[in-house]
Amino acid sequence: MLEPLSYDFFLRGLIAATLVGGLCGLIGVYIVLRRMSYIGHGLSHAVFGGAVVSYVMSINFFVGASVWGFLSALLITLTTRKRTIGADAAIGIITTASFAVGIALVSRYRTFTRDFDAALFGNIMGVSSGDLIAISAVTLGAGGIFFIGYKLFLFTTFEPDVAKFYGVPTAWVDTTFSLVLAGAIVVSMQILGVTLIAAAIVIPPIVTRLITNSFRKMVLLSTSIGAFCGMSGVYISYFIDVSSGATIVLFSAALFILAITYSNLKSYAKKRRPQISS
Amino acid sequence: MALFEIENLHVRFDAKDGPIYAVNGVDLSIEENTIIAMVGESGSGKTTLLRAILGAVDLYNGGVFVDGVSISDRRANVGYVPQLEAIDWNFPVTVEEAVLMGSTMDRPLFPWFRRADRELAHEIMDRLGIISVSKRHIRELSGGQQQRVFLARALVGSPKVLLLDEPTAGVDIKTRDDVMHLLHDLNHQGVTILMTTHEINAVAAHLPSVICINGKVVAEGPPSEVFTTETLAVTYGAEMPVIHYQGLSLVAESPHLYGRNGSDTRTAHVHASDGLNNA
Repeated sequence: MLEPLSYDFFLRGLIAATLVGGLCGLIGVYIVLRRMSYIGHGLSHAVFGGAVVSYVMSINFFVGASVWGFLSALLITLTTRKRTIGADAAIGIITTASFAVGIALVSRYRTFTRDFDAALFGNIMGVSSGDLIAISAVTLGAGGIFFIGYKLFLFTTFEPDVAKFYGVPTAWVDTTFSLVLAGAIVVSMQILGVTLIAAAIVIPPIVTRLITNSFRKMVLLSTSIGAFCGMSGVYISYFIDVSSGATIVLFSAALFILAITYSNLKSYAKKRRPQISS
Repeated sequence: MALFEIENLHVRFDAKDGPIYAVNGVDLSIEENTIIAMVGESGSGKTTLLRAILGAVDLYNGGVFVDGVSISDRRANVGYVPQLEAIDWNFPVTVEEAVLMGSTMDRPLFPWFRRADRELAHEIMDRLGIISVSKRHIRELSGGQQQRVFLARALVGSPKVLLLDEPTAGVDIKTRDDVMHLLHDLNHQGVTILMTTHEINAVAAHLPSVICINGKVVAEGPPSEVFTTETLAVTYGAEMPVIHYQGLSLVAESPHLYGRNGSDTRTAHVHASDGLNNA
């Protein structure tokens, strides 16, 4: 059982997946409650465009992709606040346009030597020490920001308009959120790949929402479930010889099925309980 | 002493066919410790006026002064209670968490609420009769309790003024009566209250003052004097019969022929007659 832990590459992948799982679970709470579930999926595509641009312009991948992702996230948030355009439409337009920039550049400059497969499908076993440092820094930074700004993020997520009336600097909160989101997508992309990030962001908070009605508990549980899914997914993938990203998502989906079954059984039992009439 | 002064206020929004004035030259003076409602048709500028007092809209012309200070210079200490219909009832917050949001800006970059914040929140929840449901999710409450949660949140900031956007919208008649009595109690404790509402008869029955709005102030004063067919015609752009009953001016709807039993000869059956007889 402990055999895979003797490999350095596996250990690095396990730590990275645990951190990324927790990070996605944490950010996912705010994303799901803002009804922007597809922003993870969309932004990962947008960041792919930024990754190609940074490669063409010989800029560091993390810097280029983060700036690109931040601008896309900010644009989506600002467009959504205008209310004339829904979050789903804003995500659809901005992120696919950004993804298209990447595709256009790849097709224009056919002399690419860099392989973008890792960005598209993730590569947990190829995590370097540098990647691990970047993931740890973003996870710690995001955790610190959500911890310190807990009250501000809660009010802004619950009622953005009313929060403003109470003096909450909602524009700053939104900008900070976009920044953290972009950083999280960039570091997660290397692990899970563009195509699987959405599930890692959405499933843990949805599972948690089914079992708690408290925001504080939802934040703590979603982060823990995300980290647990990341760790378990990588561990299981070693033994069943299946892609780690896919195993993490399938493990999360299995938890979701368990949670929804539990929730339905609970409601059923509540309905069947005899009513005491006075 | 006037707590609010609104002087020649204009708020306009750009539209395809040119600017639209949501508020078009409002002058108002609201005394301290009053309780007053604004009535008017949808789009008459009631909510925009509330938002102007909160400093949440750009003023095209004129000014809003609270305690003699322009709201563009200093944010007023005003509590705001939104429409219940605007709340996301699936959001995972307990009653206590929702009430504590009112203290968010006391120490905004401190992750948890102080003991003093919690004690104040508990005291207010106790005062409003919702302390027993403080750990429940906000959706698991009755309409009256839900209104009290957001009133409590506004009160934890110890505001001198409470602004309420349609506090009786979408609630049953009993809850509406409870909410009005609760607002009266708060007013007696020294809180100035300004609200918007569509419940004209509730205003006539419960409040000493009313303001009729239609882009500008049409009339203001006691409901018994303000609610006349002429004033309501200017406010709503429609003929509305006014009935005088026990000193109240109540507004009726223009009856439809069917409503006058023009062709319906059915008789009513009161199913709960035992209960009625026992009452």
